[in-house]
Amino acid sequence: MDHLEELESQSVFIFREAYRSFKDLVMLWSIGKDSTVLLWLARKAFFGHVPFPLMHIDTCFKIPKMIEYRDRFALEWKLNLIVGKNETALERKETFPDGNLTRIQCCSSLKSEALKHTLSGEWPRWIINHKTGKYDRHENGKPFTGVIVGARSDEEGSRSKERYFSPRDQHNDWDVGDQPPELWNQFKTDFAPGTHVRIHPLLDWTELNIWEYIDRENIPIVDLYFDHGQGRRYRSLGCSPCTTPVESTAKNTKEIIEELRSGKFANIAERSGRQQDKEDGAGLETLRRSGYM
Amino acid sequence: MQNTKHLKDESREQMNIVVIGHVDHGKSTVIGRLLADTDSLPEGKLEDVKAMCSYNARPFEYAFLLDALKDEQAQGITIDSARCFFKSAKREYIIIDAPGHIEFLKNMISGAARAEAGLLVIDAKEGVQENSRRHGYLLNMLGIKQVVVLVNKMDLVDYSEDAYRQVEQQYREFLNQIGTSPRAFIPVSARDGVNIAQNSSETPWFEGLSVLDALDSFEKEPLPVDLPLRLPVQDVYKFTEEGDDRRIVAGRIETGTLNIEDEVIFLPSGKRTKVKSIEGFNVKAQNTTKAGQSTGITLEKQIYVTSGELMCKVSQEQVSVGTHLKVNVFWMGRQPMVKGKRYKLKLGTARVPVWLRDIVTVLDASELTTDSNRQQIERHDVAECVLETLKPIAFDLNTNIAQTGRFVVIDNYEIAGGGVVLEGLQKQKDMTTERVEQREKNWERSRITPVNRANRYSQRSTLVLISGPAGVGKKQLAKALEEDLFNSGRLVYYLGLANRELSFESDIDVNNYRDEQIKRLGEVSHLFTDAGLILITTISGLDNYELDIIKQLNQPNDCRVINIGENIFTNSQIDLQLDEMTDTADALRQIRELLAEKKYIIEYYL
Repeated sequence: MDHLEELESQSVFIFREAYRSFKDLVMLWSIGKDSTVLLWLARKAFFGHVPFPLMHIDTCFKIPKMIEYRDRFALEWKLNLIVGKNETALERKETFPDGNLTRIQCCSSLKSEALKHTLSGEWPRWIINHKTGKYDRHENGKPFTGVIVGARSDEEGSRSKERYFSPRDQHNDWDVGDQPPELWNQFKTDFAPGTHVRIHPLLDWTELNIWEYIDRENIPIVDLYFDHGQGRRYRSLGCSPCTTPVESTAKNTKEIIEELRSGKFANIAERSGRQQDKEDGAGLETLRRSGYM
Repeated sequence: MQNTKHLKDESREQMNIVVIGHVDHGKSTVIGRLLADTDSLPEGKLEDVKAMCSYNARPFEYAFLLDALKDEQAQGITIDSARCFFKSAKREYIIIDAPGHIEFLKNMISGAARAEAGLLVIDAKEGVQENSRRHGYLLNMLGIKQVVVLVNKMDLVDYSEDAYRQVEQQYREFLNQIGTSPRAFIPVSARDGVNIAQNSSETPWFEGLSVLDALDSFEKEPLPVDLPLRLPVQDVYKFTEEGDDRRIVAGRIETGTLNIEDEVIFLPSGKRTKVKSIEGFNVKAQNTTKAGQSTGITLEKQIYVTSGELMCKVSQEQVSVGTHLKVNVFWMGRQPMVKGKRYKLKLGTARVPVWLRDIVTVLDASELTTDSNRQQIERHDVAECVLETLKPIAFDLNTNIAQTGRFVVIDNYEIAGGGVVLEGLQKQKDMTTERVEQREKNWERSRITPVNRANRYSQRSTLVLISGPAGVGKKQLAKALEEDLFNSGRLVYYLGLANRELSFESDIDVNNYRDEQIKRLGEVSHLFTDAGLILITTISGLDNYELDIIKQLNQPNDCRVINIGENIFTNSQIDLQLDEMTDTADALRQIRELLAEKKYIIEYYL
């Protein structure tokens, strides 16, 4: 087995443990490359099926191509897709692009808050209707107790502390200093009422592994990651006001892999185009504790 | 650490290593040195940290390179097994820094359990400490065979060979006692970079390898394809709703290889069949699969197997099956492990209730003495003990096949202990039998005997248990049977599932639900049958062991089992098998015949 096969096998194992252990399971799909690989691995684990819903937290400031891509594959792959958003904040224009919040506050409101309340079922969910191709609004959804997330340990300092199965308490809080032990592929699959578990099948993957796997499996990925002749592409995807493309002429997966291995990005952090990270030295750490992924 | 960007070529061999040792013996410094001296840090990182130190007027330490989290810096101790990477000429190392502080033992274990090799750091001046011993013991138990001991801070003892030899001898003796020995001892000064990336002139008397060369001398452990097949069943999938009729048995192959047409056996159930196909998504058709792969297979015969069983090859040595295991356990729980409390054991993919039955000895890591008189296993103890599972489980001895010879113990939702199987013990008197014996011995009997009741009621009491998969009409049949018997003058009661859940099952903790449900049903049935009644109840998805437990708890009274639809029981376990399609009148006739034949309904009582 090569390294990618080992990573794949471990991720599939984690998916199956999660599916076996949690009745109310959901997977977050940010449309980016990591969570799309995650989705692909779920199809690997369940032989072409995805036997639990996916959730996308829409800030309504995403790059439009991301939403097109999301809707296309949700229908094509028959995904049970749930969309959540912070309706109130958007209506009241309490956002960074509207000039009323800092970037970090905006992330916290449109992503963390929206995620928390959509997971719990307190806020409405928009669920894709495969007959009409549109989203139907649903109220009073049941809370999800297992949440599958595409975090990788190499992305950012705080993530190197994660477990594959990582408990959060009823306030979504993550106690970094007191995490359950994880050994011999035995994970925390028992949990007290009111708590939930984050599951991280991609924890051991690096950015390069992700691209190598996309290449090997020929996974369709949103084409914002590629240069279309302007000498620019996105390396990491987020909201349009806070995500800037990087200078790169990589036009396909192979060129991206080459660029990561030996080219100009070999020593530059992946999220360098994400502005919110720069506002606070420990921006992500702060957000992560409050539930942002 | 986010220094992965610096790794150019991930097609190179990788090895997970763990660095452990007593608190303040210099683990983080060793790692910082390894990163810096192998040029594995991201551009500018070393300079950044040095600049930050001079800005804060603190002396620079290599350990600072690892402090990725604010928390960690604030507390001055490594709190988790942070992962970082460095490279040598031979391969890339994923280095897991495991905290030495005893409070974080579970983090150390999480880190060490993933490692293929270990560096154990001991302070030359402080010498062997409690955690040096405990960690040595745990590495051995976790199955890490490739270990190098670094005698660190040699600069503090003026690179004295005597000081080094003393620590070496002391630690070697300890390791001998627990039956293991390291690959090498190396005198180092992580602070000064002595004998880390290369040998140094500071220790001319030392002729061994530097730490980096010692690591490079380790071999990757090959995947265990040559051992007998072990495939713990994770789940059985059938995505019928999505138009997929395959029934796929899924799991990861721990050891061995598997081919289509192989004759396989599932344990503990003992069911056998052949492998029909190997399934996958976005892969070419495969005829073979092997250790390390998360796979899925279809079977030739439609046999009933569930998650938690272990699949072996009929032609190879199979796993043992039993309820009593002699094990070594290390305990991490906040509460001690005590006798008489229900825990959950997870071994392979099996999850079963387990009790601590007997403590043989407890090892005291600080003194390396054993204590045979302990009544409970305290936090951070390592103990040899006997466990009893509620149902038989399939296991290997850890020395034969480690992957299926180790387990964790859950206490109050948390992984609180880990352990290895030393020996399977002969079946002893199990907890249910003991419980029933105790109950019957102390049962307060009235002046009305079962014979008195049978005479008065013209019936003998029994539990009529209607089993079968969900949705086959158990409840309808149970109600019809109650009505039929009632109308013919019998004393009969139908105890509905909903009523059980609303009454004596309402307080059961969700994680113990099934087992507690079974136990309480057995006890309540015993009360009804003791009262001389015919009790009718239904239950879905019952397995062989659960059925036996209900029967056992209902003793000395009788239990008759009527199964509808798919039958997973042995012939001796059930009394009547009904087809799903049997109409109610016919079913009732057959049950009446059974009850008459077994003399529960006494038509002509003399």
